[in-house]
Amino acid sequence: MGDVARIQLRDLCGTRAGDKGDISNVALFAYDEEAYEAIRAEVTADRVKRHVGSLVLGEVRRYEAANVLALNFVMERALGGGGPRSLRSDNLGKTLGGALLRMEIDVPASVAASAPRRRPVVP
Amino acid sequence: MTVTVAGGQGFYGDHVGSTRTLLDAGVDYLCLEALAELTLAILQKDRQRDESLGYTRDLPAYLALALPHVAEKRTKVITNAGGINPVGAGRAAVETAKRLGISGVRIATVVGDDLTGRVDELAGAGHGSLTNAETGEPWSSFPGDLLFASAYLGAGPIVSALADGADVVITGRTADPSLFLAPLVYEHGWASDDWDRLAAGIVVGHLCECSGQSTGGNPSGEWWTVPEPWNFAYPIAECEADGTAVLTKAPGTGGRVDFDTVRHQLLYEVHDPAAYVTPDVVADFTSVALDDLGDDRVRLSGVRGRPATPTYKALFTYPYGWSGESRVAFAWPDAYAKARAAAAIFRRRVEMAGHVVDDWLEEYWGVNALHGATVPLDGADEAPEVIVRLAWRCGDAATVARVGREMAPMALSAPPWGLTGTGRGMGGAPSQLMGLWPALVDKSLVDPGVAVEMVEV
Repeated sequence: MGDVARIQLRDLCGTRAGDKGDISNVALFAYDEEAYEAIRAEVTADRVKRHVGSLVLGEVRRYEAANVLALNFVMERALGGGGPRSLRSDNLGKTLGGALLRMEIDVPASVAASAPRRRPVVP
Repeated sequence: MTVTVAGGQGFYGDHVGSTRTLLDAGVDYLCLEALAELTLAILQKDRQRDESLGYTRDLPAYLALALPHVAEKRTKVITNAGGINPVGAGRAAVETAKRLGISGVRIATVVGDDLTGRVDELAGAGHGSLTNAETGEPWSSFPGDLLFASAYLGAGPIVSALADGADVVITGRTADPSLFLAPLVYEHGWASDDWDRLAAGIVVGHLCECSGQSTGGNPSGEWWTVPEPWNFAYPIAECEADGTAVLTKAPGTGGRVDFDTVRHQLLYEVHDPAAYVTPDVVADFTSVALDDLGDDRVRLSGVRGRPATPTYKALFTYPYGWSGESRVAFAWPDAYAKARAAAAIFRRRVEMAGHVVDDWLEEYWGVNALHGATVPLDGADEAPEVIVRLAWRCGDAATVARVGREMAPMALSAPPWGLTGTGRGMGGAPSQLMGLWPALVDKSLVDPGVAVEMVEV
């Protein structure tokens, strides 16, 4: 690997989170092929498990969906017992995608340089 | 022949009026997906109060919009609004038609998903029966009384109803995407072992079942560039007999359909994307090719499927006590410290009063209420304002309420200064909690009880 740069996932991918029982799945959608390869190399299930800490009490598994440049993280015991019995405000984990986007990873400098770094413009 | 199916409802509480855009577009099938796991808890509370309830009560409002189109044979309606009382929902549908003076419409109700009365029989059906599919716990550790149990049925009963001339099909717990697969099976004559086409229909269903979530709603990309976001766009799929389809949206709406909005929905609530298990087929979502055609059209092709499993997923539910909550706010300076102190004092007072609390949760809004351990705490001490939300679980509603009453007096008599509410009041009424126990049940034990009842108005 040549030069590397540190970048936050928010600048490499989008996300959506879903719920089934006490399981949350968070998908990361890379903005292009290079970003996909970068997150595939760096964002492992172990790394995500460490990152989310006490938000997720169970195992984290990772699946790949190259057709949509996505990684899907399935996190067990992640919703305070599951939607209808959880005491959490976010009992369905709608915001957990954002928690993953906070993670920083090392990527080839060229990937970091071409990352879109999109920021909202709201009047 | 192209068959158009549309997602007019994504959950109980969705916007009824937006369905009009789909009816005006002349879709062949309007599918209304009303049931999330959380919805079942709401419906259970309804049915506890009134035996005739237990279905999503916005069904008559949807039908009031759709039935005039149905009566003119322009569209058919398929919905799982029956919840845990499809018969009650069917009755409400017939009453709605009569109230509107609609006639010549056949309303079908699918029953047989309700397993509540059969649990002992199912649990005794063989080794490992009703093992919790999420945790691996054996049925013998099911916690407490069963509230209700229902199996996620597939497309089959809906296809039968359509074949018998149904214009409206109401089911209880049917797997969400199967609502959309059913009309495609019926119209295109797909065989029950044509796994690739069945999987293609499931992909269509999965992309339509959450209404606007595939067409510009809840996107994490450039969400601020979605056109006319107040003018909700709902999805329409134009489906061919070969399993290919184009996903688009109702004309004249806002929203957006492109590679990004569609892929967001493709993995929503999915575990292994190569094996999305439904009652009808195991679909491989990694096989889907998404071609962005521009003009809010995305083509779906290449979907592969594998044989369906011999089991249905079923949900068994149990009461899990009651919850209460209180939210109070503090402002700078020392907002976070004051919020934490208030939480500790409140909990101490509850303890002194002798109220039995089974579980506590503290959330600090403005600091890390939602993202917990992933949030660095530097700067939290200077937060301009912090809301502390305390939530608790007790065995009964009365205790939950008594706990809540310990908060208000703190405004005058506890040290952290400047305690304020976050609006009118400091918390809500006690809320009943419900636990979910997912398990697999042999189809052969469920199917004999599945039936379609038809009423013509």
